[in-house]
Amino acid sequence: MSAGNGTTVDYRVLPSDVAERMARIKDRDVVLRVENLGKIFAQRGRETVALEDINMNVHRREFVCVVGPSGCGKSTLVRILAGLEQASSGRILVDDKPVDGPGPDRGMVFQKYTLFPWRTVCQNVMFGLEMAGISKDESRRQAMQWLQAIGLERFAESLPHQLSGGMQQRVAIARALAAQPRVLLMDEPFSALDAQTRVRMQTHLMEIWRKIDITIVFITHDLDEAIYLADRILVLKAHPGRVEEVIEVPLSRPRRAEQMTSAEFQATKAHLESLIHTPAEETPDEFEGTEVPLLTLVTDVVE
Amino acid sequence: MSRMSGWALYGKVGRKSRVVLGGLSILLPLLLWSAVSYVPFIWHPQVLVTDPGGEDYLEEGMRMKRADFERAVQEMHAAGQKAPEGVAVNPVYLPSPGGVFSAFVQAFVQPDSRGPEKSILQAFWHSIQIIFWGFVISSVIGVPLGVLCGALPALSRLVEPSVDFLRYLPAPAFGALMVAILGIYDAPKIAIIVIGTLFQQILVISNTTRKLDFGLMEAARTLGARGKRLMFSVVVPGILPDLYRDQRILLGWAWTYLIVAELIGTSSGITWFITQQARYQHFANVYAAMALIGIVGLGTDMLLGFAARFLFRWKQETE
Ligand SMILES: Nc1ncnc2c1ncn2[C@@H]1O[C@H](COP(=O)(O)OP(=O)(O)OP(=O)(O)O)[C@@H](O)[C@H]1O
Ligand SMILES: [Mg+2]
Repeated sequence: MSAGNGTTVDYRVLPSDVAERMARIKDRDVVLRVENLGKIFAQRGRETVALEDINMNVHRREFVCVVGPSGCGKSTLVRILAGLEQASSGRILVDDKPVDGPGPDRGMVFQKYTLFPWRTVCQNVMFGLEMAGISKDESRRQAMQWLQAIGLERFAESLPHQLSGGMQQRVAIARALAAQPRVLLMDEPFSALDAQTRVRMQTHLMEIWRKIDITIVFITHDLDEAIYLADRILVLKAHPGRVEEVIEVPLSRPRRAEQMTSAEFQATKAHLESLIHTPAEETPDEFEGTEVPLLTLVTDVVE
Repeated sequence: MSRMSGWALYGKVGRKSRVVLGGLSILLPLLLWSAVSYVPFIWHPQVLVTDPGGEDYLEEGMRMKRADFERAVQEMHAAGQKAPEGVAVNPVYLPSPGGVFSAFVQAFVQPDSRGPEKSILQAFWHSIQIIFWGFVISSVIGVPLGVLCGALPALSRLVEPSVDFLRYLPAPAFGALMVAILGIYDAPKIAIIVIGTLFQQILVISNTTRKLDFGLMEAARTLGARGKRLMFSVVVPGILPDLYRDQRILLGWAWTYLIVAELIGTSSGITWFITQQARYQHFANVYAAMALIGIVGLGTDMLLGFAARFLFRWKQETE
C-alpha cells in the first residue's frame, strides 16, 4: 500500500498522525491472513466464480472494512472466513494456524438477528462461554460484565424479542465478543437499522473496539460507514470477485461525526464511488430487461 | 353479525366474538339434535307402540314405520275394534340428548361389577392404557430418530425412504400379523398404535427439525458449538415448541388407531363396550361412550395447549 504521491486533496495522502498510526498497525502481528482464496459455486452444472485470488493480511487490532458492488462476494468472503463455507482454493490462517470450519477464534455478527429466542439476553451472551466448557457461574459473571460494557445490564433477563433491533445487534456483538475471539467478523450488521440508530451503533462499536484487543473485519455496502469505521478498506469488484484496491483511510482517530464533512472524507468517498459504480462493468444484472413498460391501465395519469 | 369481528379473510377475531363463536360451535349442533329429538313434527319417522289395541301382531314397546302403524289403526277402526296407540319416535339409533346425558351420568354413578369391563369407565380406562403405552413406545423411538434424521442428512437418506414406504401400509393391515407374533391380548393392540403413529412421527419430526432457523445454527457454530453440545443447546430447544405441537397432533392420530387396535385379537376397551351396547341396541350408551372419547381427547389437547402457553412463552410472543 503506497501512501501518497501528492496532488492537493488526494485520498491517498495520509495526515502525519494517520500515517504514523498505519505504520504502527503494520508493525503488529498479522492475526488473519488470507492466501489466494478462491470460491466457485457449482449450481445445476453452471459454475459461478464468486471469489478469485483474494489476498489480505489483517493486523492485530486493525479495523478493516470490505466494500463492493452487490453480488461481488462480500458475504461469501466473510462466510468462508468464519468457516461456514468451504473455500475452493487458497487458505486462511489465524495466528499463522490454518483454519478449517467454524471455531471460537472467529466470532461473527450477522445481518439477520440471530439471538437464540429461547434464551434470555444474559444466557445468550453466556452461550459461547458455556460451549467453551466454562462453568455456569463464571459464564454468568462474565456475561454480566459484557452486558454492562454495552449498557444493557437492565435487560439481562429479557427475551430477545422484547428488545429493539439495535439492542439485539448490540447483544449479538457482546455474545460474539464474550467468546473471546481473535477476529470479529461482521456481515452488514447494521444495515437493517434506521439511519440514526446505525450511526449510534457505529460509534458504540468503535468505543468497544478501542477498549479491547479485537481485530475486526466488517462488511458493508454503505461507503460512509466504511470510511467512518475503517483503518483500511478492501474494495472488491464483481464477476469474478477480486480485490480491486486497498485504501488506507486518511482520517485520524478517535473518529467524530464531524469528520464526515472533511475534504479527506469526501475525496475518499468520491474515489470509492468511482470504483464501485463504474458503469462499464455493471454486473450482469438482475434488473436487466426490466424497464417498466408503458402501463396502459394507469395511463390516465396526466403528464 | 355486522359488529362481530373475524369474518374478513385472515382477519383478527376479538375476544368477545371468540367466546360467542366458541359457545355457538357447541350449542348449534346440540340445538339441532334437541330439535330433531324433542319436536314431534320434525322427522320422527317411527311409532313406538304403547297399547297394541285389538291388533294381535303388535306388542307394547314395538317400533314400526308410521305408515304401517296408521294402516293398523285404520284396519282396527274398520273392524270396529280398539285402535292401537303409540307415540311418534325417532329410530332407535338416534337417542335424545337427554337419554345420552343420563347414560353418561349413569356411567359415573353406577358401579357395575358384572364381569370384567362392564362399565364404560373400566372399558375406557383400559383403552387409555393402550393409547398411553402405544404412544410412549412410538415416541421413545420416533422422537429421537426424527430429530436425528432432521439434523443428519446422511441418516435421513438412510432411514426416510423405507419409512415413507411403510407409512403407506395401513396399520390395520398389520393386525393379523401382530396377533400371530404377539398373541391376542394387549400387546398386538399396542403394536398397532405404534405402527400407526411411529412412521408418521419420524417423518413429521424430521421435517420440523429441518425447519430450524439455519441462521441460529450458524451463529452457534461460530460461537464454538458442535456435535452433542450443538444438538442439545440449539437444535433441541429451538425445535421444542414445534415438536410439542407435532406430538399433540400425533396423539390425535394414535386415538384414531385405537378402534382398529381394540378390534383385533380379543376385542377390549371402549370399542368392546361400544360394540356390545350396539348389539343390545343401547344406543344411548354407545353415544355416551363416543362422547367420552371426544371429551377426553379434546380435554387433553386443550390441557396440553394451555401448558404450551407457559412452557414456550418465547415462541408465543415472537409469532
Ligand atoms: N450458495 C450459493 N450457490 C450459488 N451461488 C452463490 C451462492 N451464494 C452466493 N452465490 C453467488 O456468489 C456471488 C456472491 O454472492 P454474495 O452473497 O457473497 O455477494 P455479496 O457481495 O454479499 O452481495 P450483497 O451486497 O447483495 O450482499 C453472487 O453472484 C451469488 O449469486
Ligand atoms: Mg451479502
